[in-house]
Amino acid sequence: MSKNSYKTNILIVGVGGQGSLLASKILGSIANIMGYDCKLSEVHGMSQRGGSVVTHVRIDDEVISPIITPGEADYIIAFEMLEALRWAYYLKQDGVIIVNEQKILPMPVIMGKEKYPSDVLNDLRSKNINVCEINGLQLAHDAGGSKSVNVVLIGVFCALNNIPFDVAKDALYLCVKKQFLDMNVKALKFGYESVCKAQ
Amino acid sequence: MKSLLLANEAIARGAYEAGVKVISSYPGTPSTEITESAAKFSEMYVEWAPNEKVALETAIGASFAGARSMSCMKHVGLNVAADPLFTVAYSGVNAGLVVVVADDPGMHSSQNEQDSRYYALSAHVPMLEPADSQEAKDFVKVAYTISEKYDTPVIIRLTTRIAHSRSYVELEDRFEADAKVFSKDVSKYVMMPAMARGRHKIVEEREKKLQEEIPNYNLNKTIIRNKKIGIVCAGNVYQYCKEATDASLFKLGLVYPIDFNAIKKFSQEVKELLVIEELEPFIEDSLKANGIKCHGKEIFGVQGEFSVAYIREKLYGKNPPKSEALIPVRPPVMCPGCPHRSVLYALKQLRLTVNGDIGCYTLGASAPISAVDACVCMGASIGLSHGFDKANPENSKKTVSVIGDSTFVHSGITGLINAVYNQGKSTIIILDNSITGMTGHQDNPTTGKTIRGEHTYQLNLKELCEACGASSVRVVDSYNIDEVKKVIKEELERPSVSVVIARRPCALLIKKHAPYQKILQDKCKNCGMCLAIGCPAIEKRSDGMPINKELCVGCKVCNQMCKFGAIVQGDSNE
Repeated sequence: MSKNSYKTNILIVGVGGQGSLLASKILGSIANIMGYDCKLSEVHGMSQRGGSVVTHVRIDDEVISPIITPGEADYIIAFEMLEALRWAYYLKQDGVIIVNEQKILPMPVIMGKEKYPSDVLNDLRSKNINVCEINGLQLAHDAGGSKSVNVVLIGVFCALNNIPFDVAKDALYLCVKKQFLDMNVKALKFGYESVCKAQ
Repeated sequence: MKSLLLANEAIARGAYEAGVKVISSYPGTPSTEITESAAKFSEMYVEWAPNEKVALETAIGASFAGARSMSCMKHVGLNVAADPLFTVAYSGVNAGLVVVVADDPGMHSSQNEQDSRYYALSAHVPMLEPADSQEAKDFVKVAYTISEKYDTPVIIRLTTRIAHSRSYVELEDRFEADAKVFSKDVSKYVMMPAMARGRHKIVEEREKKLQEEIPNYNLNKTIIRNKKIGIVCAGNVYQYCKEATDASLFKLGLVYPIDFNAIKKFSQEVKELLVIEELEPFIEDSLKANGIKCHGKEIFGVQGEFSVAYIREKLYGKNPPKSEALIPVRPPVMCPGCPHRSVLYALKQLRLTVNGDIGCYTLGASAPISAVDACVCMGASIGLSHGFDKANPENSKKTVSVIGDSTFVHSGITGLINAVYNQGKSTIIILDNSITGMTGHQDNPTTGKTIRGEHTYQLNLKELCEACGASSVRVVDSYNIDEVKKVIKEELERPSVSVVIARRPCALLIKKHAPYQKILQDKCKNCGMCLAIGCPAIEKRSDGMPINKELCVGCKVCNQMCKFGAIVQGDSNE
């Protein structure tokens, strides 16, 4: 979505209930404000109950299929570490994965039947993947509530992708209820300003 | 004005613009958001019905009475509404009537992968299938034109990927259709054998006429590209084919009846004709039966969802990257504080056979609770237990049904009446969480609120079950494991039908949580008992078992599990 390349495939992955639907909606609004075509594919229903959820966001002059093909995502925004690892194969060679450093243990791990990988960020980097990690939960708390992790991560994405802050803010205004606006604008700002240098 | 809408929202918008006056539906993924977003337009009357049959009958009544109407449901819901559908296909409509059905290839949130297109074929009702949100809206308007012109209900079919994808839609103004008058016409509206015979002829003529006039509606389109392969497709699969191949495409917007003449012409322009469709070979078989040489299913199969990657793989042998690492799976689970968890755990402790139903509590079939033994369809739990009882009366002492409040009202009531009438001994547990949960919180007759949140009569489940003749109806607190166990044990011994209503609101409804719980590590013996309830908030780590503060809602079910008093209320200032 930066000026010289507007074809952007973004995969948003996380755990049901983390707020990925709002995140994708904000990205859709950003695309609209910037004048591009956009399609989103969401997950509703059973998987929303604590399951692994994935939302596809495709932005281009003209988008055909709403689904991103594995190996063709420009960005993955991972709300949770294990989900980052699970969906990393969707990333294209020089793509970037934004990882929220939060762990939510899946039931087989809670039951002791499977192990949560010990160093997800290192696992990703060992595959030559560009990783941008962020403590989204901390920033969300600083902004006034853990629920705003999704907006923090959108802030990170926008900063990495050279989307003007005001455009992201305008999109936020279109998607968020008034009573949560102050907290979310803060969350967006904290995410935006935190951007680390992904290699 | 352009708006980024789910196809479900676009359908609702289409209904609004088409001057629809009445919408009656039952929630079901992936169709729920149609009716939810329709309720935002004050120009339309919109309701949740107790089930799809009642919903469609209401829509039929409104159509007969002269108002454009709509009924929306998921694929399995159309099975429930099939009875009125097949007969309204005979009587036809007065004002336009559209049924929206959402199939779920890949079973994101369903118990089967049925292909609803066969309903169009066997009921002789036209079926439209949009490929994005703009078409979803446009097709609703065409559907009402066709419905009124040909005197027929029209089905719009969606699949999950269309229903739950957003794309831009151009918004237009509402067209206020003139109200039509209902005038007595026994030969049309009263479907007794003599009249139905007359109408059946009309159904056949109607279909022939529509078949001839399909091109007038511009619902199908041809895209000539590379002529080596021509692909016939519809809906989301059209988008995949367009992106994955350079083949020429024949896109069906009207999937029933099929425009065979146009496809025949298309097939003559290409060397090889392929049909690519998810689920059953509905289009392919029809083409073959009409002498059009084609193939497809032997390559693509009948299961699951397709995608650009899948089509490239099957056509060109191009394998997309796959996940190589062994990563722990993350199945959906009951939420922290879910009132179903403690009841299902109690049933597991009592070592009962549990006939489950459709709702979040089906998740109780998964480890570690693993309490649910069977799940068929909406309302089935009660019939199943009655069947267990009649197969061997001893079973009734160790078998229970579990069913949610909304599911019980949907189609559990008749099961209860049957068990009582036929002198059964079942024990039925209604998990009353005061909402239709799995589909995302819709009101129902037990909540005392309409779809728009207006107060209305609140169905009293206890009185209802007593009126049905249950010999005992007791209400327990879902969170209290000991109480649940005690009451169920007593009711299993009762030689007649009894109902236990386990009551607690869905944890997601409570916005202000009780203080979180914490585990005192010095008292914790690391025995793992608290893990047996499968709460996602309790984590097992090498250095103990912390409770995740972000997830815990303070339900205190885990406190009951700990014999050492190690789980206590956390400090709200921490």
